[in-house]
Amino acid sequence: MDIVQYIAVDMGLFVLGIWGIFMNRKNILVMLMSIELMLLAVNMNFLVFSVYLDDVLGQVFALYVLTVAAAESAIGLALLVMYYRIRGSIQVEYINLIRG
Amino acid sequence: MNILFYIFASLMLTSGVMVIQARNPVYSVLFLILVFFHGAALLVLLGLDFFAMTFLVVYVGAIAVLFLFVVMMLNINLAEMQERRLRYLPVGGILGVLFILEGLVIVDVDLVPLLSYSGDVLRGVHWTDWTEYVVHVSNMHTMGRLLYTYYGVYFIMASLILLVAMVGAIVLTQSRRAGARRQSVYLQNTRDFSRVIRKYT
Repeated sequence: MDIVQYIAVDMGLFVLGIWGIFMNRKNILVMLMSIELMLLAVNMNFLVFSVYLDDVLGQVFALYVLTVAAAESAIGLALLVMYYRIRGSIQVEYINLIRG
Repeated sequence: MNILFYIFASLMLTSGVMVIQARNPVYSVLFLILVFFHGAALLVLLGLDFFAMTFLVVYVGAIAVLFLFVVMMLNINLAEMQERRLRYLPVGGILGVLFILEGLVIVDVDLVPLLSYSGDVLRGVHWTDWTEYVVHVSNMHTMGRLLYTYYGVYFIMASLILLVAMVGAIVLTQSRRAGARRQSVYLQNTRDFSRVIRKYT
């Protein structure tokens, strides 16, 4: 039960999120899920450090990160539905052709 | 306790890999739910029971279900998703390695568990479990006492963020087609019943 192990796991999860964004250039759903993974990693880092430092402010901040994650996924999925309605597919490769 | 940590952490990381690697987005969402469950289990190991439950409720109950709903609603053509996956491997790999190196610079190389650092300055650092020594106050009690007193402004701000997200999502997904049937609220509210009901004699 070291803090080092927790930080290693969280950093690995964050790097997985970055790889998911950079290796899935076509599927925007997986990109949104990767953003969720990164937010989860950051949130768990806040919580681990708040336990380690005996400071409850980290937990308060983790609650705000949770709020922002929920808002971000709602807005992102709404944009995705909108884009699907316009284009008929969710490929992000030609998303600059909308020019809206 | 320690072996539980290893089990949960390894399953969490493998599930994260599967989120990225799965061909079908439905499988990705299901593995994402698995990642959230294991994150909640790790938080239980840390002693943060309230946050474990909050993670389950918010992430699994709201976000993952929203993802699943959108995946099911959109008719995604699976053939166009199956593309060569390794085309972006150099860029992504270089960025990932750079990020790992930056993180190691920040947290110091001593903190890496793989390189067994023999200096014993930071290896043996454990946090003190103060709950064994002091009067036990539950996690939810502490959070509520802070959120409703000192951080009340930020609490209201979080609620405003959620309100903006809700209004934005509704406005974005409202269909504006010409032939769509919708309520005309003003006409319905200003309708006079004496002109509507007619008596045939």
